Amino acid sequence: MFNFVSFIPRAVGQGIPLLFGSTGETLTEKSGNLNLGIPGIMYVGAMSGVIGAFLYEQSLKASGAPMNTAAAIFIPLICSIVGSLLMGLLYCFLTVTLRANQNVTGLAMTTFGVGFGNFFGGSLIKLTGSDVPSVALSSTSARFSKMLPGVDKLGAFGKIFLSYGFLAYTAIVIAFVTAYILAHTRVGLHLRAVGENPATADSAGINVSKYKYLSTCIGSVIAGMGGLYYVMDFTSGVWSNDGFGDRGWLAIALVIFTIWRPNISVFASILFGGLYILYLYIPTGTNLAVKELYKMLPYVVTIVVLIVISMRDKKENQPPASLGLPYFREER
Amino acid sequence: MNDKKGPLFHVARRPHMVWYKAWGIRAIALILALIACAVITTLLTGLNPLDVYATMIKGNLSTPRRVWVLLQELSILLCISLGLAPAFKMKFWNIGGEGQVLVGCLATGAVMILLGDKVPGPVLMILMIVVSLAAGALWGAIPAFFKAKYNTNETLFTLMMNYVGTQLMAYFIIVWEVPKGSGKVGIINQASEAGWFPMIGHNKYLLNILIVAAVTVFMYIYMNYTKHGYEIAVVGESQNTARYVGINVKKVIIRTMCLSGAICGLTGLLLVAGTNHTITTSLAGGRGFTAVMVAWMAKFSPIGMIFTSFLIAFLSKGATEISTMFGLNQSFADILTGIIIFFIIGSEFFINYQIRRRSDGEKEA
Repeated sequence: MFNFVSFIPRAVGQGIPLLFGSTGETLTEKSGNLNLGIPGIMYVGAMSGVIGAFLYEQSLKASGAPMNTAAAIFIPLICSIVGSLLMGLLYCFLTVTLRANQNVTGLAMTTFGVGFGNFFGGSLIKLTGSDVPSVALSSTSARFSKMLPGVDKLGAFGKIFLSYGFLAYTAIVIAFVTAYILAHTRVGLHLRAVGENPATADSAGINVSKYKYLSTCIGSVIAGMGGLYYVMDFTSGVWSNDGFGDRGWLAIALVIFTIWRPNISVFASILFGGLYILYLYIPTGTNLAVKELYKMLPYVVTIVVLIVISMRDKKENQPPASLGLPYFREER
Repeated sequence: MNDKKGPLFHVARRPHMVWYKAWGIRAIALILALIACAVITTLLTGLNPLDVYATMIKGNLSTPRRVWVLLQELSILLCISLGLAPAFKMKFWNIGGEGQVLVGCLATGAVMILLGDKVPGPVLMILMIVVSLAAGALWGAIPAFFKAKYNTNETLFTLMMNYVGTQLMAYFIIVWEVPKGSGKVGIINQASEAGWFPMIGHNKYLLNILIVAAVTVFMYIYMNYTKHGYEIAVVGESQNTARYVGINVKKVIIRTMCLSGAICGLTGLLLVAGTNHTITTSLAGGRGFTAVMVAWMAKFSPIGMIFTSFLIAFLSKGATEISTMFGLNQSFADILTGIIIFFIIGSEFFINYQIRRRSDGEKEA
């Protein structure tokens, strides 16, 4: 019998970073910015949080003070937000203000961001001169992954729906709110107009640069929180280099898979997370090779979706029309 | 780099900048970037900024072996960039270099493992070349086909193909693992050296470097002096113009991506048969993405790419030397690469646009 009670919480755990990442990227892409820096931003978001938490834990150790729950949550959270916000600003400055090529800027950000994460992950101890063997932030992490009290008494229901840290629920709320804003508010309408046709939006009096900046920066912060969730909750505060892997690209795949709809992403991210760990639950016997093919599934499925939406050519399912293109008023 | 765009300034496209001024601006950006890198290195390690670059030069050039490694790194990066450049020139955003290199590696490895001891050397070598080029070409042609036929977004498609390639590699590594359960293939044909590139003298890098040099010359001629190269340039400028003058745009897209993928596949061949003699999922090692930036920085010119790939290869080795010296993490190189590219990306603005002070306070969006 397939063990759903243990499978689903793990799939959700794998899915939440993807949900953060894809919600952030969807918001960004809706403004016409194809931010391929998302994988890097997620690393920066994770590492900035780790640096904050690490310095906080070290300072506590030095002074011997007890840990304050609010500080333990807000210091990493704010560090993470600042880190990813700076990355988002950098991306916007280069692509919106300086009209640089989005693909190159994005890839450079990913190189930089992944390098930033792995560099500080591997050198933090050396640079701060502390005497711990590895970056393991178990006490901070415990605050992040704390469940509601009494959940363990609720059996399977509690395990499937209530056994996650607060960031997981935050991700779901953010995804629904983003979907609502995009589809049902004036701001969302303006944002989509900017992404579809910035020249038209501009002539309708919408401040194109402002919308691009805001959506990309907010998108980066949301994506960065995915990194924070991964390291603080999912891996219990243990940073390992390259541990985050290619989840950032998977988040971008998820954006296409959900045809630019964060509300679908809530379920799709769990599906992708499930595909990521499905091999653990399917009896493959001695054939370990097959698990690598299971890991390929999310990407193959995404390619199929990409092909199908372009073949059917339905307007509401297309990528934003100006995706990847810079906008310069005097050139339209 | 401050934000110059405000009500006081007016930004307009520059007609065309003479080449030496443009390269002058890029050179200034590069110098500023190198200064920024030195400052950051100093902050992190306490090394005197001048010593930073002395260490980098030492790390790259102090022994003949290091020079060869640098040249090898340069040529691999250059080879991938050469593959990507025609696609970019056509405005087809092939960011699938990573996957195309990996399937090239996989194809080479497959031939070496399955046929290594069964067919004579020259036949084996020809098979390896054909199969690796074909694999890369196929990986490039799939997104190109859908782009040409249904206008499927190629950036996202080629990106996804990278991971399909990676997982395919991971699958076959476990199928062929030696010894069973190790999750590694190990050195292929270690005893017989079947399918290994011959060494020239005692140097295992020289042949790779020569092949890449030949590819560079070929691409230079192909892009600048052939009908195909011209068609690529026209399609890149405007697909409508291309259609109007009777160029078969779909054919050009698919043909160019076959070539682009094939050169990336060739890089895979060089990596497996030339130097590594094994297959792992990290053989491309992110170079498929770095090459996008290398090609772009050189404006897709094969000669320019020699310099940009030298720059990136040199910095990356140099940064590795610094991080080894101070016991820091090797990813330091990625941070420096990122910074340099940010500066160069930013400098393009000052080449393409001019900023004038505005006399009245007219508001700009």
